[in-house]
Amino acid sequence: MAIREIEAGKITEAVRKMVIEANTDIGEDILGAFEKAKQTEESPLALSIIDQIEENAGIAAREKMPYCQDTGFACFLVEVGQEAHITGAGLEDAINEGVRRGYKEGYLRASILNDPIERKNTKDNTPAHIHMEMVPGDRIHIKFSAKGGGSENMSQLKMLKPSDGLEGVKEFVVKVASEAGPNACPPLIVCVGIGGTFDRSAFLAKKGIFREAGKPNPNPFYADLEQELLRKINDLGIGPQGLGGRTTALAVHVEVFPCHIASLPVAVNIQCHAHRHREVTL
Amino acid sequence: MTAPPLKIRVPLSREDVERLKAGDVVHLTGTLITGRDAAHKRMVELLERGEKLPVDLKGQVIYYVGPSPAKPGEVIGSAGPTTSSRMDKYSPRLIAEGLTGMIGKGYRSDAVVQAMKKHRCVYMGAVGGAAALIAKSIKKSEVLAWEDLGTEAIRRMEVEDFPAIVIIDADGNDLYKIGREKYKRTA
Repeated sequence: MAIREIEAGKITEAVRKMVIEANTDIGEDILGAFEKAKQTEESPLALSIIDQIEENAGIAAREKMPYCQDTGFACFLVEVGQEAHITGAGLEDAINEGVRRGYKEGYLRASILNDPIERKNTKDNTPAHIHMEMVPGDRIHIKFSAKGGGSENMSQLKMLKPSDGLEGVKEFVVKVASEAGPNACPPLIVCVGIGGTFDRSAFLAKKGIFREAGKPNPNPFYADLEQELLRKINDLGIGPQGLGGRTTALAVHVEVFPCHIASLPVAVNIQCHAHRHREVTL
Repeated sequence: MTAPPLKIRVPLSREDVERLKAGDVVHLTGTLITGRDAAHKRMVELLERGEKLPVDLKGQVIYYVGPSPAKPGEVIGSAGPTTSSRMDKYSPRLIAEGLTGMIGKGYRSDAVVQAMKKHRCVYMGAVGGAAALIAKSIKKSEVLAWEDLGTEAIRRMEVEDFPAIVIIDADGNDLYKIGREKYKRTA
């Protein structure tokens, strides 16, 4: 296959556009999940909260306002085809420039600090959090998700013992959702990574924030596990905003990877109902 | 159906502080003060040094918010609540200073609830992630102090029918516990 050239400016422009769109226009996946939740929700207060959130989504999309004032850490999952050649600038620089422009032009909040201890705002929401993977082909596929800090803070990771098994995994995931409670802005998307190494499990969980809400894992075993975990989490009674109800989570996303004979890592990355994501292929 | 919202003036009157109960749905009209992590840290540091705050908190209601930037001609950007527990370390001191209400989202610590009961203060929740909707109820916003903190500066906001729910009342009743218990199912 011949090398295909992709101009860095095109990447910047695509990123600029997608960060604004994702932050103002919540996707059909989430709107559909709200409608579905209203069929099973029993609490009148919870139903009125879902109505408010839907009204908010409408205002944000019509007026091009951020759905949530926390417009997130700009997270990217980039699949780079090994036959693609980027010209004009580095790939990371091109993405960061798109974030810089998009957050400024879209009147999105800058929430990123220069250093975790010094804590000075960089004022343009850079740097983005970028994860790259090399894949076959000559295209670049960019996935973006704006990740809020409140839900991120309720995420947890645990190195289970292999003897803890599947039951141990379920118990841990439900415990994390339970402890997240109202802090993480339920209804949630509970993103779970099982297996790999310490860091790989966290990355697997993070992958869930780029997935269409409720799209099942392609492996039927894990698709069933997602449904079982969703039922268990909704049985907690936390409900929208934690005020009580049957809709604590809209979906559970599970991702897995092989792991060491001694290990069973499980990571849970909590996502709020502001599940703001877009993707583009260049 | 839920009961129609109670129309409440802010700052809160003494009567309203006592009257509001966990689970009440309210529409707030009047003036709110805003502050979040960085402003709380500075306020408590000033108090610990025996210095005066740039804003008198006596009788005020504080809203934990870091708004997104206002577009030209707009009062404010999106402005939903942030997680309250990050303020827990500082809140008891500010409640002792005279706060009668706090608006945010999420759990409060036992120390905060004890201070609320002792000094009579109400904790209300706004809907996290309903930031564009909430912005519609904010009619005016001005920075009162610490402009250098950007989105985290202390602001005075004039609000009309700002939607909120009483989560923890001045007697310590907690809607998070009551609501969850009611809809919990055990296998």
